[in-house]
Amino acid sequence: MTVIFDGIASGMLLFLISVGLSVTLGLMNFVNLAHGAFAMLGGYIGVTLLNHAGVPFLAALPLAAVATALVGVLFERTLYRRLYGATHLDQVLFSIGLVFMSISTAHYFFGAQQQPLTLPDFLQGQINLPGLDIGIYRLFLVILGLAIAIGLQRMVSGTRFGAQLRASVDNPRAARGMGINVERIFTLTFALGTALAGLGGALGVEMLGLDPTFAVKYIVYFLIVVAVGGSGNIKGSLVASLILGIFDVAGKYYVPEIGAFVIYAVMVAMLIFRPQGLFGRAASR
Amino acid sequence: MTTLALQAGLAPVRRADHWRPAELVFWLLPVAAYFIFPDNLVLLTQIAITALFCLSLDLILGYAGIVSLGHAAFFGLGAYAAGLLAAHGFGDPLLGLGVAAVVAAALGFVTSLLVLRGADLTRLMVTLGVAMMLYELANKLTPITGGVDGLQGIEVLPLLGPFEFDLYGKTAFWYALAVLFVLFWVARRIVHSPFGLSLKGIRLNVGRMPALGTPVNARLAAVYTLGAAYAGIAGALLAQTTQFVALDVLSFNRSAELLLILVLGGSGSLYGALIGTIVFMSAHHLLSELNPQYWQFWLGALLVVIVLFARDGVMGGLRRIGARFGANGGTK
Repeated sequence: MTVIFDGIASGMLLFLISVGLSVTLGLMNFVNLAHGAFAMLGGYIGVTLLNHAGVPFLAALPLAAVATALVGVLFERTLYRRLYGATHLDQVLFSIGLVFMSISTAHYFFGAQQQPLTLPDFLQGQINLPGLDIGIYRLFLVILGLAIAIGLQRMVSGTRFGAQLRASVDNPRAARGMGINVERIFTLTFALGTALAGLGGALGVEMLGLDPTFAVKYIVYFLIVVAVGGSGNIKGSLVASLILGIFDVAGKYYVPEIGAFVIYAVMVAMLIFRPQGLFGRAASR
Repeated sequence: MTTLALQAGLAPVRRADHWRPAELVFWLLPVAAYFIFPDNLVLLTQIAITALFCLSLDLILGYAGIVSLGHAAFFGLGAYAAGLLAAHGFGDPLLGLGVAAVVAAALGFVTSLLVLRGADLTRLMVTLGVAMMLYELANKLTPITGGVDGLQGIEVLPLLGPFEFDLYGKTAFWYALAVLFVLFWVARRIVHSPFGLSLKGIRLNVGRMPALGTPVNARLAAVYTLGAAYAGIAGALLAQTTQFVALDVLSFNRSAELLLILVLGGSGSLYGALIGTIVFMSAHHLLSELNPQYWQFWLGALLVVIVLFARDGVMGGLRRIGARFGANGGTK
């Protein structure tokens, strides 16, 4: 049971980070491999605020998200927007370039060591039920993840902004013709994606650690979540993250000798049978 | 009459197949480099190997338009195949190359069935996934591959009998260069053949080619297999010349770096792959000596700049300069 719960919690964390990618990659159709770099930025901002500025944990999280989003908007305005119409390959190359730069930059400012993070007292410790040990921080992650999943799903499918976003992605010309400010929608969406990345990064420090290689170490996982879950699909990302988290934790716990092999195998198998993802829309673009 | 018209129509294609003087000069460069930089033969060998590896990606990406984030899978597989062979007493270098090519081609053929099913994004993920699976396998199968410590104990027999691999890397250099040249020549023949032209057609307009009677998937599978074999040979060369296989032959960084080299040189042109490698490896050598820790930053910046401003790489730049000269001189 504990293994399953830990799996759910780590899946939830994965979801929190990768849902941002699901927004940029899935909704905006931009292969943003630099997503891990934005998550890393959020992590560093969070850690710096906590350890050096003495900001309380719960306040540091939104601040990290907002600061990351600001950086994201800056990049979007100057660089990303030039590549919306480019091929996937160009987007991949461009964002790999950003990743390389982010790794060196993080190394320059923070050094190669792991960043320490102490959780506040009320998030430490465990709740012990019969047969089940629940880490409070993990429970916190699960609740937060669910809240964000529901909120995002509502936003994309239920609000005016969500409808405008879907229209802008599916047919920018027609959307423009309807008086939608496509540029602004994309900027806002990109900001949302990077904010989620920053939040996830800050939340993930405790479980995933934080060092300059973070940007590249977990990007494969984020991509798997989005690819398996289906592009631009919040529910799909959630389910895929949970599956991945449970398999990952269970795999490490029960069969450590094969390691991450299972996950890659599952992903490849999944993509072969459902190339558009678990809940993906049939390829329309 | 029709044959004549056909021949006239094919004339530009024929002409493209001719060796131009500039190309001959280009191939004299490595020979000259051997005498100019006798102390850097190891680096020169590395350049030749990476150029071959890059050539293999150019075949599948530049000519056939198949995106891949996991091309290191074939490189690493070839390296391990040749390395294991040599470590278990079959040290003949050419045998090693052959086996590596066959093994990598087999994997290439099998994975091509998976890769060709999806669109760009799926292809990226599947190629990446295959490479990561191999990486994990090599990492975990420590008794066979040596895991993170790398594969040691590779003993390569003298090449063709008399040429022993010496400490200075002379044999290794000529060996790698010869293999590169032969395979380049083959690749050049292939891309100028009807097969190669049909690949170009597929890249430019995939919807049209079936209408012209081209079996698209079979062609793509064939070139993917071929590219895999090339990458396997490049990996085998690395294993044989360094007598060591490190786990990072399969790493994501290697695949990503290779993409960078190819776009730096200009994809879709065989010389682009070679020139990109020369520029990249020289820059890497110089810059990482100056500034070992932050070299990656400039690498990333370079990549961003290329994508934004110089999408066709060094070869594109050369071509533009050539076109300008052609316009000024009045002849093409």
